[in-house]
Parts: sequence; structure tokens; C-alpha cells
Amino acid sequence: MASSGSILGNAVRRKEDPGLLTGSNKYFDDLDVGSVQVVFVRSTMAHAIIESIETVDAEAMPGVLGVYTSKNLEMAAVNGFPMVDPAMDRPPLATDRVRFVGDIIAAVVADTMRQAVDAAEQIIIDYSPLPANADVEAAITESASVIWEGQSSNICLETALPEMEIQNSTDPFIGADLVVNERILTQRLAGVPMEPNGCVAIPGESGKLKFFVSTQNAHSVRDALAPNLGMDPEDLHVLAPWVGGGFGPKAGLYVEHIIVAKCALTLGQPVKWTEQRGENMVAMGHGRAMVMNAEMGVKKDGTIVGLRARVLAETGAYPGIGAFLPVLTQTLSQAVYNIPTIHFQAHSVVTNTTTTVAYRGAGRPEATQMVERILDKAAQAIGMDPAEIRRKNYIQPDQFPMTTITGANYDSGDHEKSLDAVLVASDYSTLRAEQEKRRAANDNKMLGIGLASYVEVTAPLGLHAEYGKCEINADGSATIRVGTSSHGQGHDTAFSMIVEDMLGIPSADVTHIDADTEEVKQGAGTMGSRSLQTAGSAIYEASKVVLEKGKQLAANMLEASADDIVVGEGALQVAGVPAKSVSWAELAAAVNDDSVRPSDMDGGLDHELVFDEGDSTFPFGSHVAVVEVDRETGEVELLRHIAVDDCGTILNPMLVTGQQHGGIAQGIAQALWEQVQYDEDANPVTANLMDYLMPSAADLPSFETSNTETASPRNPLGAKGIGESGTIGSTPAAHNAVCDALSHLGIEHIDMPCTPQAVWTALQAV
Amino acid sequence: MVLGGYASSFVLARDEKGDTVEISVTVNGDTKTDEVEPRTLLVYYLREELGLTGTNVGCDTSSCGACTVHVNGESVKSCTMLAVQADGQEVLTIEGLAPSATELHPMQESFRENHGLQCGYCTPGMVMAACSLLKENPSPTEIEVREGLEGNLCRCTGYHNIVKSVLACSGQDLL
Repeated sequence: MASSGSILGNAVRRKEDPGLLTGSNKYFDDLDVGSVQVVFVRSTMAHAIIESIETVDAEAMPGVLGVYTSKNLEMAAVNGFPMVDPAMDRPPLATDRVRFVGDIIAAVVADTMRQAVDAAEQIIIDYSPLPANADVEAAITESASVIWEGQSSNICLETALPEMEIQNSTDPFIGADLVVNERILTQRLAGVPMEPNGCVAIPGESGKLKFFVSTQNAHSVRDALAPNLGMDPEDLHVLAPWVGGGFGPKAGLYVEHIIVAKCALTLGQPVKWTEQRGENMVAMGHGRAMVMNAEMGVKKDGTIVGLRARVLAETGAYPGIGAFLPVLTQTLSQAVYNIPTIHFQAHSVVTNTTTTVAYRGAGRPEATQMVERILDKAAQAIGMDPAEIRRKNYIQPDQFPMTTITGANYDSGDHEKSLDAVLVASDYSTLRAEQEKRRAANDNKMLGIGLASYVEVTAPLGLHAEYGKCEINADGSATIRVGTSSHGQGHDTAFSMIVEDMLGIPSADVTHIDADTEEVKQGAGTMGSRSLQTAGSAIYEASKVVLEKGKQLAANMLEASADDIVVGEGALQVAGVPAKSVSWAELAAAVNDDSVRPSDMDGGLDHELVFDEGDSTFPFGSHVAVVEVDRETGEVELLRHIAVDDCGTILNPMLVTGQQHGGIAQGIAQALWEQVQYDEDANPVTANLMDYLMPSAADLPSFETSNTETASPRNPLGAKGIGESGTIGSTPAAHNAVCDALSHLGIEHIDMPCTPQAVWTALQAV
Repeated sequence: MVLGGYASSFVLARDEKGDTVEISVTVNGDTKTDEVEPRTLLVYYLREELGLTGTNVGCDTSSCGACTVHVNGESVKSCTMLAVQADGQEVLTIEGLAPSATELHPMQESFRENHGLQCGYCTPGMVMAACSLLKENPSPTEIEVREGLEGNLCRCTGYHNIVKSVLACSGQDLL
């Protein structure tokens, strides 16, 4: 849709940056609202009966305003996900028992953070330990103790496609020359936004509450929080100030939010919660955490015949959306290939761990990791190059749009194009030759080349509609309101570019408002890489309506035909006659002036709508990772990462590349370093940034990113999401690269993360 | 330990007498005199007493570097230092880096030009660390930039554009 001279498609610098670079933009913890501080006392036992909680000493500590347990701060238990049995709802403050390390037992409110911490340390809890389990495979054995009273097992949700009766009576591998299998772990990860969770609750007049929260979705926090406070959503004003990263785990309501709001309402004064990192590592939802047993049947020529997947997904102690994410894995399990038969079954399993939630990719990386790993194993078994087995099986461009046998409604794609692009960009054949040379020389620095092709779903799970409003102000500037919730993506910049392109109002004169339930009528927030295609399209459509009205008005004022009115700089003008123009400020005045406005025209230059693109969009791409593995130490060094990602038509390439970079780093981190770990008693052992191996700049190379552009037909911008593609493509590429480096030694698979210890251990078994 | 380290590791043991100590610190050119608890970390003095909230806190193990400031011209993680240790010292925070309210420091400008930030939470610390890095090594290689910023974590950018920003600020176009 971008015409020549359009700002769209250009690398426009961000409007957001000056305030972030000078430290003047406010995150919730920076707000000076005279708040007192809450600190939570969390369970140090993974599973136990609470025999007693002694709070008397804490109450007497300096500055303490309140010490709350389930005995004196009543709150209903909270449902983690609608499909989960309400018997597993979580009491915000633990009642009779705790179920994971981090469960909240008490809340202490004091004048200052330090006073609250001092007081919290005076609280004595007497526990009677219960058997605890953090092993998802052990949790479904017959001898496993059932975590939830009244449940018959630890399985809380399951999905199967096709239904198990069919799966049990048919063979998905008929015609296969070979069936390969592997147990593939997609390990538990922590989101680690640099700003942890937190909020400030400010009681107002007549029962109202203002609630600043670090979130990806202010409206859903309002709608979920209000009933837990017995409030009308209208009385609850939720807004996100600047948010320091989200990555999925900040997409929903936390029980901490409820407790903070209750404390503020009870005390009648503003209360703040500032989550500390050690707390964040056990309290913020984790991601991934699936064990995927995959089998793939292929013919000798590389044709895929069928796929069977048996998946265990860990939900944590209080099941949330993580219990449902295997359904997205199932939906994407056909990946980018023509796979005639897929048998998929997943069980979601409760363990004594932190709740699992959506984390950058959320269900789709798991599918890609599984298919790309098992496909590589099949390629190796039949002696075919990984690039060629992929090429052999790709869904072809003329097959789109198509609905897969797993129910994904793919919009568009050209997988061979992205494969060819990444093979050229990586100089794949030269890499293979170098690998051969090193192998022949028995080089201690073993080269590994990993390839992955992916498709993912953006604006998934019905999140393909969004609110947007465009309004021309009296001074000729514009204000846009959107239901998305920016937290680093650069929405202000991107959406303002759309207004500039449509109306000729400089993006600097566009005010972007989001994440505020009073200023924005409705919203579904930012998650699932949905923002540009939904809210961006809403702004496009709303601006278009404003433009049409502006043209009618300008035509009337300039005594021209509306068809001859074109967009100028901050103005509308007669085509070819720039002198005959009327500024947006003049138009804004005229539209409310009965003597100027046509009699059949309403006042006001604004339009709001909900744009619905009807379905999700499906970005795709191919990545190549090149690693060097030290045969002596097992250390893996990522030498290069080359990504070709297709997110449809690109609006601002600078923002797109930034998303690719960040996604790639997080994906590589899963392949090589990160893992939330528990010991045999379900104690977390990676609950800080010293033990959890989030990479620094020194661990990573610069990335080689590029794009193909295959427009989505589902929205006027042609856009697909880019927020998660980097993560989805890079993990299997890097994982395959490590396995590839070891394959000539007879090592067929190594679990992620491919740490020096894991690789060294595998090498010792050779 | 009731909190098991999940909330309290950033708060040092309380002085039972609740005494405070007077300190005098020059922050962004202004000398401030305040009474602080001896256990107060420099970062909380800056944020809570002086209202300089541009310096962020991202962890409680001195791992992330979000709180990096300059003390006497050298970059310091302000969570690793007590406010009382800053007595008589000169501290520069992100709020004091730009030459004026309408101009950015060249490093800030370079981060903006090269999209070296997304959510912005690590940015003040990253920029302060980067300035210190170039002061010590005005023409670093890419590897030297990466190793020089090892103590500052970012979750958004994958570091690519941060490294690019620092190299560009050094007058090098290497990426």
C-alpha cells in the first residue's frame, strides 16, 4: 500500500527514545505517589501443610501498617485458565497448604521497603512437608503422589488430534521406509524482562481504584482484577506506565495484583509492590517446559509420510495458560511441510513448580523445535542433506491459503524462497566443505551447521481484532488511541508513521495513547505478535475514514471536487495546486463550524473502530546457525547466525530488525544456556541471574538478518507479526547445529540446553 | 530465613539502633547532604532520596548492570556500593549525562540512531557503562565492546544494536 514518497518502509527513528535515553520516562516504580510498600512472605517449601503462621513480632516492627494472611484478608481463589478444573484455583494468600516454592503466605505493608522486609523476616511459619515433585514424567507414573486433593491424577488437561480412537486404530507411518524417534525436551525457561513485575494501587473517591501496573494488557488486568475485588470494572482505572519488557509473562493478572489492590483498599492509601529479581524468578510465570516424544516416518527419497507426537506439558502447581499451550503446538505441528498424517496427543501435568505461561512464541516454538529436530534425524538416517529434505517437503506457494490437517489456516508463504535466501546468505555449501575438511583432519574444533524452517501464527487464539481511534486536534495534530499495549516494540513510532502516511501529519505531531482503560475504550493488549496487524490496521482504517471526511470538507472549502483533493504536508490540497490548501488545524475548526461544514456532515474529525482481520497471520522463514564445538571441553561457540524472516510487508525495517535480533538472542539462549532447574525436592536452584544463564553481549555474535516480504492478504498493511519469529527459528537452528557438529561421532541427539557439561557428557559416551 | 532470599537479598541487615549517618555527595554537579541509614545502597539513595529514577534496578545479585552510574568518572553498579561509601564522591547518573535539556550526549544519540534500545529499562545503565568503556578504550573492537559490556544485561535487543551503537559512537562503522 505504500506509494512512492511514502514514509512507510523506511527506517524511522523512534519517538520513544529521548525519554528512555535520559531516564525521564517513568516505569511504575518511578512514580512518586506517596505509596507505602508491600513485601510478600513466600513459601520456602515446595509442598507442605501450613501448621501455623506467627505474625505478632512482625506487627510490632517499626513502620508496619499491616500484616496480612488468608485469615485476615479474605480473597476468593483465582482460576488460572477457564478450561482447568476450578478445584485447582489458587488462593492469593495460601490457606492450609503451599504447593510450590514462591507460593505467598503473608503480605507485609510498611512505610518503606526496608521496614517491610525487616518485618517480614520476623514472621515464623511452621510447615509439615508433603511429597514434592518437579519431574513431569515422574508426575504421571502410577506411584506418583497426586498434588491436588480430590484429583485422580496430576493430569489437568489433554488434547488429541485426531481423536484417540482413530489414533489407536490406524498407523500414521504406512508407506514409510523408515521411522525415526526421539524424546525432545523443550526445557523450562524464565522470561526475565529486565523490569520485574510490580504495581501501585491508589484508592480514590467512592470506592474507585487507580492501578498502575507493569503489564502487556491493561484492559484484561482490569477485567480480571475487578471481580476479585468485588468492583465494577468501571470503577477500576488500570494503566501501564512505561513497561520494561514483557515477553509473554506480563500478559495476565497475577495474584500479587489482587493482594496489592486489597491492601490499598483496606488501608485506604496507595500501596506499591516492587518485585525483586530473586522473587521474580519464582513468581513470574515460566515458559516452554514440555517433553515431546516424536516419531517421523519417511521414504528413502525424503518424502515425509507421517508424524506422531506424544507431549507432556508442565503446568506448575496452579495451572494457567501453560496448560492450554500444547493446543498451539498441536496446531503448528504440520509446520511448513506437506505431512499426510499427524497423530498428536498432549497431556498437561501439574508439578510443584512455578506456573507456566506464554513466553515468546508460546506453543509454537515447541512445535518447530520438535518437527525440525526429528526431521534432521530422519535426514541423517537416510543420508540426505537437511536443506534438501526440507525442500522436498515444503508446502508450495500455490497451495495457499490452506488449512492444515491440524487446523491452521495459513494465509501465504514461500518457504523455498526463504530457504534459498538463507543458504546463499550463509554460503551453506562452503560451510559444509569446511565441515568435511575439519572432520577429515579430526579437528578438535568441530563445526556444526544447523538449519531450521518455520511457520508460526501471529494474532493467534482469536486475538485478530483490535480497537483503534484517530482524532484530529484543534491545532492540527492527531491523537491515536489503540487497544494494544507497547512495552518496547516502538508502537508509537510505527502507528504514527501510518498516520503521517495517510494524513500528512508529521509523526512528531501524533500522540499515541495505549494501556489506559479510561483513555482507550477497549483492548486486547500486546502479545502473540499481534499489534501492527491489528491495531496498526485499525489506525490505518480509522485514518482513512478521517481522510475521506477531511477531503469532503476541504473540497467544500476550496471549491474543488473531493476527488481532486490530495494529502500535503500537514494539510489537504488540490492536486497540482499546492497553493490551494487547507491545514488540518483549519479543517478541525471548520468541521465544527456550521457556516463552513456541509449541512449533511457531522461535527468532529475523528473515527474509531474495531478492525478484524478475520483470522491469524502466519509469518515464516529459515535460519542457519553455525557453531564450533570443542571436543575436549564440550564448549559450544555460536560463530554465526543467519536469519531470513518473512513478516509480510515491512512498515519500519529498523523495528523489524530489532525484533529479529532480540528474538534470535532469546532463542539461542534456549538452545545453549538457559534452563530453570529444580532439585529432587522441587527447590528452585536457578532463582537469580547468577545461576540462570541469561546471555550477555560477550556470549553472542552479531547476527546476519534479512527478510523476504510476502504480504498477508488479511490486513491492509500486508503485515504479519515479527515479535516471536526470531525466537522460533533460532532455537532449532542452533540446536540442530550442535547435534550436527557431533553427528559424525554417532551422537544422534543431545538435549537443550547444549551446555558444555551436556556436550562433554555426550562426548564421553562415544 | 523466612523469605528464602526471594525478597530480601537486596536489603542488608538493619542497624538495631536505627542510627543514620550524614553524607554529602555531589550528584550531577549538585552537592547534596542527607541523613541515610548505613545500610542504604547507593542506588536507593539516588532513586528514593534524590528522586533520580532514571537509574533502574534489575536484579539483586549485581548481575544485570541496570543501575550502573559513574562514581568519580568510573562506572560502578550502584547496587554494589553503600550510600555512605559515596560520601565526598562525585556521582554522575543518566539524568546528568546530556549536555543540556534539549541535547543528547553523543552516546545517547548513537543509541537512538542505531536502535540500541527497545523497552529502555537496561538503557541508562548500558549507556553509562558504554561511556566508561570508550573513555578507557576510545577505539574498541567489536569483541572488546562485547566483553566490556558483559556486566550489563539486556533482554530486548540481543545486544547487536547496542554493540553497533557503541562502535558508531567511537567513530567506527563495523557492523
